[in-house]
Amino acid sequence: MFKIVSKQKIAPKEFDIWVEAARIAKHAKAGQFVVLRVDDLGERIPLTIADYDREKGLIRLIFQVVGKTTAAMSCLNAGDSIKDISGPLGTPSEVEKYGTVLMVGGGVGIAALYPIIKELKMAGNKVITILGGRTSELVIMKKECAEYSDELIITTDDGSEGMKGVVTEAMKMVVERGEKIDRCWCIGPSIMMKFGTKAAKELGLPITVSLNPLMVDGTGMCGCCRVTVDNKIFFACVDGPEFDGHKVNWDEFMSRLRQYKDEEKISMDKFEAEVGEPSWQ
Amino acid sequence: MAVTFSKWKTPIKEQDPEVRRSNFKEVCLGYSVEEGIKESERCLQCKTKPCVKGCPVAIDIPAFIKCIKEGDMAGAAEVLDKYTNLPAVCGRVCPQETQCEELCTVGKMHGFEPVAIGKLERLVADWKYAQEKKDTEKTPAQTKGKVAVVGSGPSGLTVAGDLAKMGYEVTIFEALHAAGGVLIYGIPEFRLPKSIVKMEIEAMQDLGVKIECNAVVGKNITMQEIMEEFDACYIAVGAGAPHFQGIPGTTLNGVYSASEYLTRINLMHGYEFPEFDTPTKKFNKVVVIGGGNVAMDAARSAKRLGAEEVTIVYRRSLKELPARIEEYHHAVEEGIIFKWLTNPTEYVNNGQGELCGVKCIQMELGEPDASGRRRPVPIEGSEFFIEADCAIEAIGQGSNKVLLSTFPELKLNKWGYIEADPKTGATSVPGVYAGGDIVTGAATVILAMGAGKDAAAAIDKYITEKKSK
Ligand SMILES: Cc1cc2nc3c(=O)[nH]c(=O)nc-3n(C[C@H](O)[C@H](O)[C@H](O)COP(=O)(O)OP(=O)(O)OC[C@H]3O[C@@H](n4cnc5c(N)ncnc54)[C@H](O)[C@@H]3O)c2cc1C
Ligand SMILES: Cc1cc2nc3c(=O)[nH]c(=O)nc-3n(C[C@H](O)[C@H](O)[C@H](O)COP(=O)(O)OP(=O)(O)OC[C@H]3O[C@@H](n4cnc5c(N)ncnc54)[C@H](O)[C@@H]3O)c2cc1C
Ligand code: SF4
Ligand code: FES
Repeated sequence: MFKIVSKQKIAPKEFDIWVEAARIAKHAKAGQFVVLRVDDLGERIPLTIADYDREKGLIRLIFQVVGKTTAAMSCLNAGDSIKDISGPLGTPSEVEKYGTVLMVGGGVGIAALYPIIKELKMAGNKVITILGGRTSELVIMKKECAEYSDELIITTDDGSEGMKGVVTEAMKMVVERGEKIDRCWCIGPSIMMKFGTKAAKELGLPITVSLNPLMVDGTGMCGCCRVTVDNKIFFACVDGPEFDGHKVNWDEFMSRLRQYKDEEKISMDKFEAEVGEPSWQ
Repeated sequence: MAVTFSKWKTPIKEQDPEVRRSNFKEVCLGYSVEEGIKESERCLQCKTKPCVKGCPVAIDIPAFIKCIKEGDMAGAAEVLDKYTNLPAVCGRVCPQETQCEELCTVGKMHGFEPVAIGKLERLVADWKYAQEKKDTEKTPAQTKGKVAVVGSGPSGLTVAGDLAKMGYEVTIFEALHAAGGVLIYGIPEFRLPKSIVKMEIEAMQDLGVKIECNAVVGKNITMQEIMEEFDACYIAVGAGAPHFQGIPGTTLNGVYSASEYLTRINLMHGYEFPEFDTPTKKFNKVVVIGGGNVAMDAARSAKRLGAEEVTIVYRRSLKELPARIEEYHHAVEEGIIFKWLTNPTEYVNNGQGELCGVKCIQMELGEPDASGRRRPVPIEGSEFFIEADCAIEAIGQGSNKVLLSTFPELKLNKWGYIEADPKTGATSVPGVYAGGDIVTGAATVILAMGAGKDAAAAIDKYITEKKSK
């Protein structure tokens, strides 16, 4: 059992928890994730390790309620426990001193981007961060990202904060003003990563994305998480989750994410019938 | 010599195929004690014990059968205990027909079936678990040293049980959330009920073995940490990484590795969705590729989940089929269709990223290959199409790199498995032993256990010598 020590709602349907998991905290690195199971009947789902505190033996998870498991998690409070958590899984981000790095994040993907921003900054890079969302309150972790960024640009679809528009426009703006970008990360909803990659191509930037396919074990034993990159099959849970965005087969990736649409709805309907719709939280 | 006993094994009760093809309950219902005694009377108590030579852990087969014959079930259980920590599992899944029963004297007589050794072993184990646990079975004192075991499949469990009995403090580290390895995530409920596996594991914990789940060695504990904390280590991480043939369409929705398909069903209880959260989809026409136990398990599971038509496509013929013959018969009884000498060449897209069928080609057997089996070669122009909304590849597994990639000191062989002494399990690193599928490649439960037994003895010797220095 893994005890939740704190819980905070940081945006509509988005939660931020710290959990006791000393072994994972001890070994975690930016870019890695855990697979957890809420209870004995639960599904194993992957979540990025958004932060960790080695001394206190804690890891931080930030999740968005999108279906049954994340809804059930949103009902847990400090003092409650998660049945199983295993990790840190996946290959860590390649953190080095590159020079200037462009970090692009959207939605709950910002939680995955944040630890990489932090490590890249500590490795001595100049960090330019672009965070985007539909509206101001959906752009999470602004203060924390700002702390480790030399420049923070916010974009919102409705113009409620920062630039009005989408992250790709901010990417263009940064390049067009003459900034020389040595490496770029883009993490967010798959559609955003797909278009981020397209923008990077036009701007002549290399781009690393973090793929979030469906997973089961998270240790390379099932192949559920397979993705096609550079026309070859990779298992995202061990070979990734980070890949060269230019080589990802995006349409296939997005199609595989929809495999269990009908079943996910059955699960969520059952949960709501039993517990009620969780957005009251 | 006048023969006074039946030519045939005492018949065993099974769930009717018509009924069982839509449930996940165990197919074979086992002997009653009376039926067991009747079967035990067919044993000749051969002085030379040929059957024992066929058993990878050398169980004294005539001795336990003699106890059954005398109605002494407790005595029979005691004999088994000396040789195996997992009798209820072995009695169900061992390929007895190519091991002990193949060498049985009775089976060698013209027209006779061998003694049903496996079914008798199962009877004794099930009898034992049905009795009240005796409190007198005290945990042995754990004073001889500390041993870490990586992986809780049959090999790891065997090492742990044996060393605990000898007086070691043993901790098993398991990556998944449940212990048992393939016994829990691979072999389906209808062949090996999970309650049986859990009972065998609890028996191990009663001996003082600690099991830590969610412990991915190489990720949240390193081999360096293990070697600092423990006197010795046994690596039994299995060969669980699925292979794909890599033909076009492998990433379509509806195409699975058998590992994923079976893990969803067994470990995650997908067949009980939505009671359990992990979904399995209901498919109508399923094609399974492969001919081993894994393929049979996947096909029979698909049938139970409601598929109308399940076809096993195998590139050789029935004669070369690697699956246990009993499982093949069960599959046929349940209505599984077999297409021999057939290989898939492409998974076909319905235009929306989903599978709509499998292109196949007919094969013929050519010259023998390295394994001695005749190599299948495609017949030109013999392509055909099987309609399917699901395809499951069961073409074998390889070694998982999660631990190996973080422990480069460990010598591997050319297939990527750990190089270990076949008699002791010793590896290239002193104090580190290995066995089971991660050394041999995908094999059997009993071979994994046998490796564990040998390693337990070697580890005991290693630690005793180290401590006396
Ligand atoms: C390596 C990795 C890291 C991740 N990190 C985070 C994280 O830090 N925070 C977070 O909120 N989510 C993260 N995800 C996504 C998260 O795993 C899913 O949102 C979660 O599994 C949904 O489970 P559910 O039962 O609540 O919803 P389900 O009922 O399973 O799904 C509901 C909807 O969510 C979508 N969905 C399901 N699984 C995923 C997925 N893996 N990725 C994207 N969409 C999905 C489906 O398309 C579906 O329509 C990560 C995924 C991966 C693979
Ligand atoms: C579907 C199927 C059906 C089968 N049917 C039969 C049958 O009928 N009869 C028969 O004799 N054999 C059968 N087999 C083969 C048999 O199950 C295996 O040979 C046997 O389980 C191997 O045992 P093992 O202990 O070496 O490994 P496994 O049983 O594979 O166990 C290895 C364990 O190690 C864990 N692990 C892996 N990496 C790590 C890590 N880094 N840290 C911690 N833990 C880790 C895994 O999660 C797993 O639990 C079948 C196999 C399959 C897949
Ligand atoms: S070979 Fe057959 S008959 Fe002889 S002892 Fe073994 S089981 Fe009995
Ligand atoms: S999730 Fe099973 S192999 Fe990646």
